[in-house]
Amino acid sequence: MLNPKFIPLAVTCVLFFVLFGIGSAQFEGFGSSRVFFNLLSDNAFLIIAAVGMTFVILSGGIDLSVGAVIALTGVVCSVLISKYNMHPLVVFPIVLVGGTAFGAIMGAIIHYYKMQPFIVTLAGMFFARGLASVISEESIPIEHEFYNQVAEFGFMLPGDAWVGTSTLIAVAVLIAAIIVAHYTRFGGRVYAIGGDMNSAALMGIPLAHTTIRIYAISAFLATLSGIVYSFYTFSGYSLAAVGVELDAIAAVVIGGTLLTGGYGYMFGTLIGVLIMGVVQTYISFDGTLSSWWTKIVIGLLLFCFIALQQLLVRARPK
Amino acid sequence: MNFTKNQNLRRYLWPCAGLLVLMLVNAIIAPEFFTIEFKDGRFYGSLIDVLNRAAPVALLAIGMSLVIATAGVDLSVGSIMAIAGAVSAYYITKGVDNLALIIGAGLIAGLIAGIVNGFLVGYMSIQPIVATLILMVGGRGIAQLINEGQIVTFDHSGFAFLGTGSFLGLPFPVVLVIITFALVQLLTRRTALGLYIEAVGANPSASHYMGLNAKAIKLSVYVVAGLCAALAGMIAAADIRGSDANNAGLWLELDAILAVVIGGASLMGGRFSIFLAVIGALIIQTLTVTIILSGIEPKFNLLIKASAIILVLLMQSPRFQQQLSQLNFFKKNNKEINRA
Amino acid sequence: MNTNPVLQLKGIHKKFPSVHALKGVDFTLRAGEIHALLGENGAGKSTLIKVMTGVYQRDGGDILLDGKPIFPSNTGDAQALGVSTVYQEVNLLPNLTVAQNIYLGREPRRFGLINWGKVNRDAAELLKGYDLDIDVTQPLSSYSIAVQQLIAIARGVDMSAKVLILDEPTASLDADEVQSLFRIMRDLRSKGIGIVFVTHFLDQVYAVCDRITILRSAELVGEFEAATLSRPELIGHMLGKELAALGEHKPQSSASSSEPLVELKALGHNTNLSPLDLTVGKGEVVGLAGLLGSGRTELCRLLFAIDKRNSGELLFDGKPVNFSAPREAIIAGMGLCPEDRKHDGILGQLSIRENMILARQIKQGWWKFISRKEQEDIANRYVKELSIATSDIEKPIEQLSGGNQQKVILARWLAANPRLLILDEPTRGIDIGAHAEIIRLIRKLCADGLSLVVASSELEELVAFSNKVVVLRDRKKVAELQGDDINPQRIMQAIASN
Repeated sequence: MLNPKFIPLAVTCVLFFVLFGIGSAQFEGFGSSRVFFNLLSDNAFLIIAAVGMTFVILSGGIDLSVGAVIALTGVVCSVLISKYNMHPLVVFPIVLVGGTAFGAIMGAIIHYYKMQPFIVTLAGMFFARGLASVISEESIPIEHEFYNQVAEFGFMLPGDAWVGTSTLIAVAVLIAAIIVAHYTRFGGRVYAIGGDMNSAALMGIPLAHTTIRIYAISAFLATLSGIVYSFYTFSGYSLAAVGVELDAIAAVVIGGTLLTGGYGYMFGTLIGVLIMGVVQTYISFDGTLSSWWTKIVIGLLLFCFIALQQLLVRARPK
Repeated sequence: MNFTKNQNLRRYLWPCAGLLVLMLVNAIIAPEFFTIEFKDGRFYGSLIDVLNRAAPVALLAIGMSLVIATAGVDLSVGSIMAIAGAVSAYYITKGVDNLALIIGAGLIAGLIAGIVNGFLVGYMSIQPIVATLILMVGGRGIAQLINEGQIVTFDHSGFAFLGTGSFLGLPFPVVLVIITFALVQLLTRRTALGLYIEAVGANPSASHYMGLNAKAIKLSVYVVAGLCAALAGMIAAADIRGSDANNAGLWLELDAILAVVIGGASLMGGRFSIFLAVIGALIIQTLTVTIILSGIEPKFNLLIKASAIILVLLMQSPRFQQQLSQLNFFKKNNKEINRA
Repeated sequence: MNTNPVLQLKGIHKKFPSVHALKGVDFTLRAGEIHALLGENGAGKSTLIKVMTGVYQRDGGDILLDGKPIFPSNTGDAQALGVSTVYQEVNLLPNLTVAQNIYLGREPRRFGLINWGKVNRDAAELLKGYDLDIDVTQPLSSYSIAVQQLIAIARGVDMSAKVLILDEPTASLDADEVQSLFRIMRDLRSKGIGIVFVTHFLDQVYAVCDRITILRSAELVGEFEAATLSRPELIGHMLGKELAALGEHKPQSSASSSEPLVELKALGHNTNLSPLDLTVGKGEVVGLAGLLGSGRTELCRLLFAIDKRNSGELLFDGKPVNFSAPREAIIAGMGLCPEDRKHDGILGQLSIRENMILARQIKQGWWKFISRKEQEDIANRYVKELSIATSDIEKPIEQLSGGNQQKVILARWLAANPRLLILDEPTRGIDIGAHAEIIRLIRKLCADGLSLVVASSELEELVAFSNKVVVLRDRKKVAELQGDDINPQRIMQAIASN
């Protein structure tokens, strides 16, 4: 018998293969390594952001500021690179440090003032978008040799499958996150807080420290995601990536992580993003279906997974 | 005696004073702010504009304040606006002319959405943020589906009246807010529903011991929120004489939550006042006007709004209040030390 | 036996804004002993434990561990010093594996990463010492409470515990599970660990404890050798009456011969209450006596349909009824003042007026709104009748003292015109003055023809107003006393009888 804690993850994996299988059976060229790796590279920024979101949700919180941080990162990068002629490799560490500090501040407010994560990160979202539009309301193009090199970097796998910088960064982030979540004491604390915050405190988990770090990590990864996003767009725009936080939350839930915290796997989040990608790819292959079906299907998947989680929670012995 | 009266007064004082101060600032920057003209059978002026533009958020805030009183939140109201707008537009473009049918269809869409949310929260015990997230994501897709992704425009003078008409000199959206306010006020304060909602939010366990049916009460508040959102969505659609499923009501759920919080309600549930929620909506809109009038570029809008939320939330936090009073305490001590 | 004190508490004070929860309490735990800490609800047991474990900071007194003063500022601190606690509602994490729970925060690492192989091997090895041979990679929630408790003990002891505090560990265990827990406790005692054992099962105290410390009303009653303290003496200390100083039963009116209002026939609940019979006459006061955990509260909850009965019949006014929710009980004419006033009783933010009229409003239905004027009349009337000390009926109830809050809740039910009022510990945690008033009120209500069921651990109180006293022990009815039999001595005998 399958361990119940793996059921959501197993459902997720099976769902991915079924969806990919349906696509492959129906359309020529769907079931290829090229399509699969395109899923990865097209959604690399989302994978990175969703990995950060997974930490937050595992701890029982939520981070609504992700999309705004991605936009702010793009705007800051483009201004520093295009207007101040700084080298991207100098700019990136600056924005990463800034982004991380932003997340840490949100985490501190959540912990010390005992506020709900959703309202604090909602304010954070307004703040980051506001700051981005104050810096520039126009889309600023990034023209730098380094960006061209990034775009060209990568290698080809058999089957015309391109593995580029974004894919490599996303995979590296995922591996690092799996190690942190499942093989460090910090990871254990994240699950502990998500399981039962009071018990975790009674067992001697440092709540302040852990909460601040969780939101710092999420914002760090959102910033990194913003950098990767700028690799696609070659620009920074304050209205970019609207609603990415919702996509990230959906990916985490479809990936089998319990929205109330404490249960779930980093790997599931990858599959969650891929499932959303497959739905999109299927719709674009079909040609007659319209893009809004993506949202409806994702809404339905969200509902099914939340209902499944609810059933599993209720079935759990008390 | 004074103590409690003061407390009750203070609940109303802060938001109302805030609104008044903002208006005065506006009047100082732009003396014509309070000027109201009457021509062609309706009032014109900045104040009327503020009321008119605040109408959709005020409607959402009325529903949201009930939801927040039960310690919930409804993230889907923006999407419900889009759905209701799309539904009415659909029937108009399909040649339905009867205004009652068109509005009825929009309201039914809001009702169904509210029932779905209320069922998930009340009867399936799913966390409100999570439960309403489903419709927030999926709802926009449904809205697009209804008119097959097109931005539909229509020409129906009766329906357009909802957004652009006037009654007794007031813009019709403002009239609708007043009517909704009166109806919800009647529903909650002339029956025991309001007290039940506050009881469930204030202490769910004690409410259970008194035999309150928390499930049904939660269902009812999400239904009210859904209906208010549907009305707001139809006003928005009537205003532009069209339905844009992508952008209708986008992020307005956040403004609605903000309006309720500015109105002094606690996200942990309990006391609510739909009057203060409407004041909160007016403050948000007046603040926007203040920013424009004071020559600050509108791009600062969001940043200022974010700072306002953080400030209001901090003021509500017991720990922050404690830190503030400690600060005062030290100041007093310092003064005494200095005196000595 | 080793008589060195491992943990000493001297003159501990703890004040909360509304109560003085510990008034100079002493407590001494020796290494290698099992020491029972006893007292009724509100006696200060749990506050004392929280002070020992760093959840609360003491406001006065000293804590010495091995003779050195300690100042634990949180549970992590206390754990590091060697004081571990296992609670009734096991405070481990259900979502983590057994092994993760045992080593959380101190997992063995290799190259900076957690060595899961070692974690699981060590955990399995450790649990073998507790007669547990289980799969440590399964989530904690897949095991019974009894196993979870042993795991919590294993974790605590493994973290170098000198002192192990067991807070009501047996409340949800069956007899076999209790025996294996005792085996482990004796084993740990022989290893020199000092164990504080909090329980309300007196049999268990005598089965496993060496010494007993009793608290009552935030004060220390005394420290006793278990071998030389008789059961009636023990109960006398807990309930506050020395056997010699017991009061007389004041004969009550002969209302007990009246016709029945409520009849329970073999009413029971699978886990909470053995089936019992009980009749409450019209205008009669039935007292429920028994120690904490004896089934008093459980009976009240079953009557009021907060919990659903699994067996038996309930007749109300001669007709069989089967309430599916408290609302139906209210409509039929019942009311319940719950034991935990703060958690289950008051609506803190709401005003005195709203708290008072709510039950009546619920009885009438939500659309038949009680007008503001009528609400104010009701509130003002009861504020006057029950002499509730408040300047204003619009004040939030949370700003009142405990006694006044209790009166508001009483008023809430009186305003709903009930026929049966169930009061669960109506005088708990309220000051002497209000206490006497509430007793007077109970007598008056009964004289007015209302039937009452009152659960209380204050024997004198029960004796003062009951027409009939039902004694419960271990969730069973053990005696029903009437007439001259209603005196503290008889009640105490019934509680203590084996």
